[in-house]
Amino acid sequence: MMQRRTLLAASAAMLAAPRIGAAVTVGVTATELKIGNFMPYSGPASAYGVIGRGDAAYFKMINDQGGVGGRQINFITYDDGYSPPRAVEQTRRLVEQDRVALLFHTLGTPSNSAIVRYVNQRRVPHLFLATGADKWGNYQDTPWTIGWQPSYRTEAQIYAKWMLEQKPNAKVALLYQNDDFGKDYVTGVKDVLGARFDQMVTTASYEVTDPTIDSQVVSLRGTGADVLVTAATPKFAAQTIRKVHDIGWQPMHFLSNVSISIAAVMRPAGPERGVGIITSAYQKDITDPVWNDDRHMQAWREFMRKYLPEADMSDSGYATAYNVSFTLMQVLRQCEGDFSRENIMRQVANIHDLEVPLLLPGIKVSTSPTNFHPIRQMQLQKWSGAHWERFGDVIQGADV
Amino acid sequence: MQGLAHQLIAGIATGGIYASVALALVMIYQSTHHLNFAQGEMATFSTYIALTLIQAGLPYWVAFLATLVISFGIGVFIERIMLRPMQNASVLANVGVFIGLLLVFRNAMGWIFDYTIKAFPTPFDTGTPLFGGLVSGHELGSTAVTLVVLGLVYVFFRFTKLGLGMRAAAFNASSSRLVGIRVGWMLALGWGLAAAIGAIAGIMIAPVVFLEPNMMLGILLYAFAGALLGGIDNPGGAVLGGFLVGIIENLGGAYLVGTELKLTLALGIIICVLLVRPTGLFGRVVQSRV
Repeated sequence: MMQRRTLLAASAAMLAAPRIGAAVTVGVTATELKIGNFMPYSGPASAYGVIGRGDAAYFKMINDQGGVGGRQINFITYDDGYSPPRAVEQTRRLVEQDRVALLFHTLGTPSNSAIVRYVNQRRVPHLFLATGADKWGNYQDTPWTIGWQPSYRTEAQIYAKWMLEQKPNAKVALLYQNDDFGKDYVTGVKDVLGARFDQMVTTASYEVTDPTIDSQVVSLRGTGADVLVTAATPKFAAQTIRKVHDIGWQPMHFLSNVSISIAAVMRPAGPERGVGIITSAYQKDITDPVWNDDRHMQAWREFMRKYLPEADMSDSGYATAYNVSFTLMQVLRQCEGDFSRENIMRQVANIHDLEVPLLLPGIKVSTSPTNFHPIRQMQLQKWSGAHWERFGDVIQGADV
Repeated sequence: MQGLAHQLIAGIATGGIYASVALALVMIYQSTHHLNFAQGEMATFSTYIALTLIQAGLPYWVAFLATLVISFGIGVFIERIMLRPMQNASVLANVGVFIGLLLVFRNAMGWIFDYTIKAFPTPFDTGTPLFGGLVSGHELGSTAVTLVVLGLVYVFFRFTKLGLGMRAAAFNASSSRLVGIRVGWMLALGWGLAAAIGAIAGIMIAPVVFLEPNMMLGILLYAFAGALLGGIDNPGGAVLGGFLVGIIENLGGAYLVGTELKLTLALGIIICVLLVRPTGLFGRVVQSRV
């Protein structure tokens, strides 16, 4: 009798739930918490696949330590091949068939752009995306989606702030890729310069189909600019570094930190050509011996040895996975066993100055109901000809 | 005014890239009367072969020649295996094969060589930038190579019996067969030569734009525009067209339409040429030259 009454009450509650807005719990059983993810394990961006492997290894470690809230994490990760249509397909599979509690660390601006409407309509937490687009911080229009890393816009704000301190009367040239990625940098510089933008800055864009950016670099140099901001993906960044050097232009050169790989950008461009280029960092460089005695770095290396013994220890994707998964674990612990989707989002927007193991000292993760940009600080670094050297204090993005 | 001169020189340098690919396109069109959409990917694949050989320790020019031979073999092989069975199929079916080849090559390259960009060595002196760094020694050298290849192609088609036979086979297969030309092999030979010329283009371009599986993606569109502008059946015209497209694109991008519409400009050229002189994929060749 008692059982039937409970059952009736429960069914009534379930039926009424969508209307009265009560908490919805999906993907959670007494023993398990399902987390969904897609990554480009194949295709043009497959180098990022290591991030998904790093996430999976991290959750395995958590499970070995007893899980979270008394539950084991079931991390389901699929291949989207960096293709938006496949990302949509995999997301629907995760949400409708696997019925995951939340989506975590899905990678790529195009893929996430393709699913953001769907997950917000279905009210599925869409957490800590692996993309630097600024739009994931839009808590008003997409309240179920949140990024993690500093956005491209924040990065540009930081360059512009520091540049103004050094050269208050700078003449700025801004070379950007004509898409969401590149335009975030234009917005970021505008945030800081405000009304002076039009007078101080000349922009030139390129399309990803352009064979070279020579013409743009030649035009920008012709404006007499003494500062260059390059918001380019690796191939075009390497071309820019080479061209700027070859035509004898010596601006204060800021380079988007998506294009600072030594192997994929600096070495092809010619390491000597890039000396003095300024970019930014927020994570500890796992290859830098300066962190050898850092206890967090030691813990990470221990984790790698135990859970990813075959992995390339110099691939920063594993450090990213470690940091982002750490952040998610903080959120899940804060949930205190209530894994309803509403409570998960409440805790996501309730992170205060969290210290994450492999972030640079002084850089902390913070969110609030009106701040969906978890990391808004970075430190500058300069190319020495052989490696990136950090300098100066941690700088915070502009308040807009 | 100085800016204009700089854009002009930079345009010629870029035009050299388009010219070399346009030449490869003309080559395949001359010998098969098809436009091979996988031409760019095949050339990129050849460039990876060259890089592999160079990294294996072969001297540059040895690797260069070896790559040409290997590419020629791949071209002939593809014609024999994939296009021979299609010889009586419709043009659209052939286009389907070309696009299939494009996908196969692109993804295979990503799989084998990964997608990060790679620097490619150049045999030409790049130590001293010329024209204030606007043109590198490599760009001059590669333009010279393009012109030499152009000369060879001209001589081949104009003065050798084999070249004449290839032109005849492409132009009118049944008549050619009647006069004793082995049409099937002429087509295969055409594919081989086109693949080899594509390989030269790839090897000359890679030091400028960096080697990656999508290296030819944008270039091929501009090269099409160049080839059409100069005349798809005319090697010299195509090379000139390539240079013109480079210059028009740079000047147009800097002063007229803005950098956002550079590609549109190239596509506009294609449309204009096709409207004024419709020698496109499905049209018959009209003998007029720019």
